[in-house]
Amino acid sequence: MPSYRLRINESDLSVESADSAKPLLYVLRGLGLTATKFGCGLGQCGACTVIVDGTAVQSCQLTVADARDKSITTLEGLGTAAKPHPLQAAFIAHQVPQCGYCTSGMIMTAAALLAKTRKPSESEIRSALELNLCRCGSHTRVVSAVMTAAEQRG
Amino acid sequence: MSTSLDQLRISRRAVLKGGALTVGFALTVTPGAALAQAVGGVSRRTDATQVDAYLAVNGDGTVTLYCGKVDLGQGLRIAIPQIAAEELGIGVDRIKYIEGDTALTPNQGRTSGSTGIQRGGMQIRQAAATARKALVDLAAQRLNLRPDDLIAADGEVRPKAGGDGIRFADLLDGRKFDVKLDPKAPLKDPASYTVVGKSLPRPDVAAKCLGTATYIHDLTLPDMLHARVIRPPAIGATLVAVDEGSIKDLAGARVVRLKDFLAVVADDEWTTVRAARSLRAQWSEASNLPVQDRLTETLRTAAGATAETLVTRGTPPSAQPQDTKTLSASYFWPMQSHASLGPSCAVADVRTDEATIWTASQGMHDNRVTYARFLGLPLDKVRLIYLEGSGCYGMNGHEDAAADAAILSRAMGRPVRVQWSRADELGWDPKGPPQLLDLSGSVDAEGRILDWRTEMWIPQTTKGLLNIPLLGPQAAGLDNVVGLNTGLISQNGDPPYEAAHMQVVVHWLKETPLRPAPLRSPGKPANCFAVESFIDELAAAARLDPVAFRLRGLKNPRGVELIKRVAAMMKWEPRASPGPNIVAAVARGRGMSYIHYKHSETFVAMGMEVAVEQASGRIQVERVVCAHDCGQMINPDGVRSQVEGSILQTISRVLMEEVKFDRSRVTSVDWTGYPILRFSDVPRIEIDLVDRPTEPPLGAGEAACAAVGAALANAVFDATGLRLRTVPFTPERVKAVQNSKAI
Repeated sequence: MPSYRLRINESDLSVESADSAKPLLYVLRGLGLTATKFGCGLGQCGACTVIVDGTAVQSCQLTVADARDKSITTLEGLGTAAKPHPLQAAFIAHQVPQCGYCTSGMIMTAAALLAKTRKPSESEIRSALELNLCRCGSHTRVVSAVMTAAEQRG
Repeated sequence: MSTSLDQLRISRRAVLKGGALTVGFALTVTPGAALAQAVGGVSRRTDATQVDAYLAVNGDGTVTLYCGKVDLGQGLRIAIPQIAAEELGIGVDRIKYIEGDTALTPNQGRTSGSTGIQRGGMQIRQAAATARKALVDLAAQRLNLRPDDLIAADGEVRPKAGGDGIRFADLLDGRKFDVKLDPKAPLKDPASYTVVGKSLPRPDVAAKCLGTATYIHDLTLPDMLHARVIRPPAIGATLVAVDEGSIKDLAGARVVRLKDFLAVVADDEWTTVRAARSLRAQWSEASNLPVQDRLTETLRTAAGATAETLVTRGTPPSAQPQDTKTLSASYFWPMQSHASLGPSCAVADVRTDEATIWTASQGMHDNRVTYARFLGLPLDKVRLIYLEGSGCYGMNGHEDAAADAAILSRAMGRPVRVQWSRADELGWDPKGPPQLLDLSGSVDAEGRILDWRTEMWIPQTTKGLLNIPLLGPQAAGLDNVVGLNTGLISQNGDPPYEAAHMQVVVHWLKETPLRPAPLRSPGKPANCFAVESFIDELAAAARLDPVAFRLRGLKNPRGVELIKRVAAMMKWEPRASPGPNIVAAVARGRGMSYIHYKHSETFVAMGMEVAVEQASGRIQVERVVCAHDCGQMINPDGVRSQVEGSILQTISRVLMEEVKFDRSRVTSVDWTGYPILRFSDVPRIEIDLVDRPTEPPLGAGEAACAAVGAALANAVFDATGLRLRTVPFTPERVKAVQNSKAI
């Protein structure tokens, strides 16, 4: 079976897949990295967003073949309970998630934004998150949490 | 594979096997996954009349709470422990919490109708009060003191005057309470509360932000198969033939067919996705749906409808003053999807003589009866365990997915996980039903409502229906219920204002185009949209200010206070609508609505400011102001979160959402065909929560939804003079109303 070298959450590993078109989403979830969620498989909702070489990418739209040799970060790799990423800390402080199904994708999209834009404005945050859907209506808390994380980073 | 990933996987399994996953601060929530490594096998006293069904005092000084209502993100996991901790006299951090498990938790009814706190929470409050009384009585005997001289606090009972107390666990000494819930067990004075009323953090939030939460979608069992169910291309079509050769190139994929129930299974999820796409099947033709463009006529002229008068008050005016204005108008609310962000999922392990089903459904105990019936198993051999899913807001595809999984697990003799696709969810989740309302009324120049009549055409819920008809059992020819369930959709058809004469008539329809189910705040968003829009129409006809018009006819002081608060927050300028500048290229206006939910529960007043781009017809909600009174608040930030969500979700429903269908099928099956709110659509929201600690707590998850439609429509009218009476308010619809007015 063909295998693919991926760097996931700073670990190098080799993943086997009979199908080179298998989306990265299923590779990640198969590895137990289930924070990355299946929402549509169509690239329309952002629930499966991860960071690939510094860019927010919908993992349902990236094949394992195209992810080869790339550096991938999932929510599990962003921070831990002991050392949360500033966005994770801010999302917890603002009590952002309701069902939380979109949260992983929201945080990953925002993390890619903060990595590139030091002090994003509220409208930059909103437009970065425009492709991420939330059904519970946690949007205003998402924006507040991202602003907080950006500020606290100094 | 790298060490770190291995460790991560192992630690996650170890956490689940260990039986308790500690999340958040100190409160321990045990997810369903941990509780049933084997099928069946556990028995607890779950009789809802018994204190032991709700709480157990553990030897280590902790208390385990068993709650039949489930947390879908609305915050019961903290609010219920707050209620119990307060009433019992123990810290929240010493409470362990178990929810939604038919083997462990009492049947407290479905988690629906905004009843989690006001019914479920109050049962647990009474259980805790009864337990406290029992513990104090035991301590009184042991200490030779009067119960009045003792206090329960910090997990022990001690003399008020000081001195050593006795731990709850030592008082019980391993025994159970063995006492019924006492409806007269004295409750603590709200003035003494130290836990209820505090915005403690929800214990599931940290795990959701760190990626360690286990959703139903994330549960795996040893030897588990993945599955996708293939629904017919037309509703009601039967399966003629399946070409199994069409997936022969997909190693490990297998077809499962039971009559018209068709599925593919494999060890690997991606293989099932490919197999579901590749499998060729021939289905019969079916085209049983009405023409969408003529839906309102179809409803109005439906055969077999029965009329019922729901409300009659006062007497019809014999003669109306000369300056009376009489109006009539029709309003329509379309079918809508729950549109859960994650398509439904479930895992089942069905064996020859027992079954365990993991589900995100809001109705664990009811579903158990349904599933036991079609599986042909005794009730006590079927166990349902709740695991959180993607937000549901009523009854999405969770029930169906769990039935699919159970059918497939029985067929395969292995645990099976069923994951619906995006198209499955938007196409096949049971829908909020269509609602058609005709309103007529008359008003005099002073703003007195002389006459009011509401007529509604809505499907009728079948009495005694335990569940809705489920897709899997239906297709597989298994035992299934027949009927409709919509939730209580006829409420709030009458305005809360004084009227000389008022009548509400419902035309109960026997059927509705797509399978219905309760969708958040069932029926009330449509009814309040019609009623509160028509109130504005009457006010405008009488050239009166909409706020003054409402206050004139409203007697309930809690309602009056909310309307005044919203008007103050908005710096409401008294004048009639529409406003002075309705021809501006971007016209701005303000609107107001009010509801006393179900006429007996939560009070909500809502104001909105909108901008309407006249050239395109696009509406932007710029500001929402909401005053909300749900009585005693257990956890104010939890209430706030629910109100925010109610507002935003319903703005989405009002501006964008309508299920589209042709004669055979739902055609709005992705996020392009069924768009929902995006960040660019999100207004500024200001919420004023009125706390009334001495009033009974009421629901916070639904009432604000109901007020959204009319506030928005009234603001659009104020801005443009255009009256929108059909949801959703798409740019095309705004343009159509604009054009019809121009002619």
